[in-house]
Amino acid sequence: MAELRTEEMVLNMGPQHPSTHGVLRVELVVDGEVVVDAIPHIGYLHRCFEKHAEAMNYQQIVPYCDRMDYLASMNNDHAYVLAVEKLLNIQVPERVEYIRVIMAELQRIASHLVAIGTYGLDIGAFTPFLYCFRDREMILDLFETTCGARLLYNYMWPGGLSHDLPPGFIEKTRAFIKHFRPTIKELNDLLSYNEIFVKRTANVGVLPADIAINYGASGPTLRGSGVKWDLRKDEPYSVYHKFDWEVMVGKGDVGTVGDCWDRYMVRVWEMEQSLRIIEQALDTIPEGDVQSAIPKRVRPPAGEVYMRSETPRGELGYYIISDGGQKPFRVKARAPSFVNLSLLPEISRGYLIADMIAIIGSVDIVLGDTDR
Amino acid sequence: MNANEIQEKIKTRFPEGVVEFKPDAVAEPYIVVRPELIREIAEFISADPEMKFDYLMSLSGVDFNDGNLGVVYHLYSMEKRHRIVIKAKVPKDNPELPSVEPVWKTANWHEREAFDLFGINFKDHPDMRRILLPDDWEGYPLRKDYKVQEYYRGMKVPY
Repeated sequence: MAELRTEEMVLNMGPQHPSTHGVLRVELVVDGEVVVDAIPHIGYLHRCFEKHAEAMNYQQIVPYCDRMDYLASMNNDHAYVLAVEKLLNIQVPERVEYIRVIMAELQRIASHLVAIGTYGLDIGAFTPFLYCFRDREMILDLFETTCGARLLYNYMWPGGLSHDLPPGFIEKTRAFIKHFRPTIKELNDLLSYNEIFVKRTANVGVLPADIAINYGASGPTLRGSGVKWDLRKDEPYSVYHKFDWEVMVGKGDVGTVGDCWDRYMVRVWEMEQSLRIIEQALDTIPEGDVQSAIPKRVRPPAGEVYMRSETPRGELGYYIISDGGQKPFRVKARAPSFVNLSLLPEISRGYLIADMIAIIGSVDIVLGDTDR
Repeated sequence: MNANEIQEKIKTRFPEGVVEFKPDAVAEPYIVVRPELIREIAEFISADPEMKFDYLMSLSGVDFNDGNLGVVYHLYSMEKRHRIVIKAKVPKDNPELPSVEPVWKTANWHEREAFDLFGINFKDHPDMRRILLPDDWEGYPLRKDYKVQEYYRGMKVPY
């Protein structure tokens, strides 16, 4: 029988697609059900962060940082204020750094809960999503009691914080930890080791370590490939060096190292580690005034700084150039989602269309972060 | 290795390559290199066994506002655990320099962003298109002399 003539087909996934986690369009070139190429198109959520930043003074930029990665606002602010403080060369009271770390780690758990919940949802597990959002709600309540906002906080300022911890915060956080720790096990029983879930994610979207590094991957995407790399450990900033915790990496427990399941599982393990950090920070938090080091006028000397920190999605770097004025000369945000998304074609080729859902979800992008 | 030693190594290999070296710059030392040599320098410092810069943390376009545009490379070595900042300056009327995409794949999107917002043209880049803005947008918004277009497809800008 003569061979049938076959052609590749171009299929648009998104920008309005529930499993692209925002306004991402992926141009899929498919041969039947097999993905030949996947070309991401971004920019739908571009809000000109870098252009805005040149028109404002340093304190005014913080709310804009909130809005980049809107699931991890605390972490965004943390990186930014650290960069400005480095440029100003000021020391902040230790209590401030402790509170920042507590907030950043709570935010990391909240962000991972969204990533995990929606990932299950993508693949067809509806129930874990509800449990994840129930627990995330408790963290948002903690933030709300602290600064009045649930998503976009403007909580960390260069030199300090907008509010000290409210009365009862420490007890409430301890109660949350007590409630949350057993639910991680519940989550594992319900989702992580669920046979259908494992079948959908193991051996899919395998990312080898050397390619991950060449593509500049970071965060759980890099650690999922077995690279023990976490800026909180390897380039310690803030007060992370004082706490005892471990960097979790993918080991290929149910498939190949660097597959979707590994990237997913690293997030689950990291939540436990974040709990450990929060507990230690709550135990040892010093007293002090959280606003004593806030400068009246932020006017850094001429110079430049590249400060990077570990957000739930990976390395967030701010490259700030100061010309000595009240406004920055240039602010570049090196967004983790932007860089991690660029390796999507590399891990999609050769898999099925249905696997694309699992692959995009496993990279855990936030389009606000990608497009800035 | 510290910035001094890295600078010496690059200078030994490319005697004409280093334009400027600022060991005492605020926050971090940097090296300014000749733009046309950036690809060779990138290949050299990523492969050299003592430097091994395998991780391009960030690549940023800059308008220095003195008639020059520039590209700033923040590099890190996962193995050797050291970092360096390399800059290349190109004139605004002909902003062109070789792409480092073959060395670090992550540069692909970073360079597209620099092209999009600064109009810096990276030679031999496999896919030199705008990335964040619409393909038919006029001008390069992060240049200091940027004037926003009046209309975009019949819509007033800024609206």
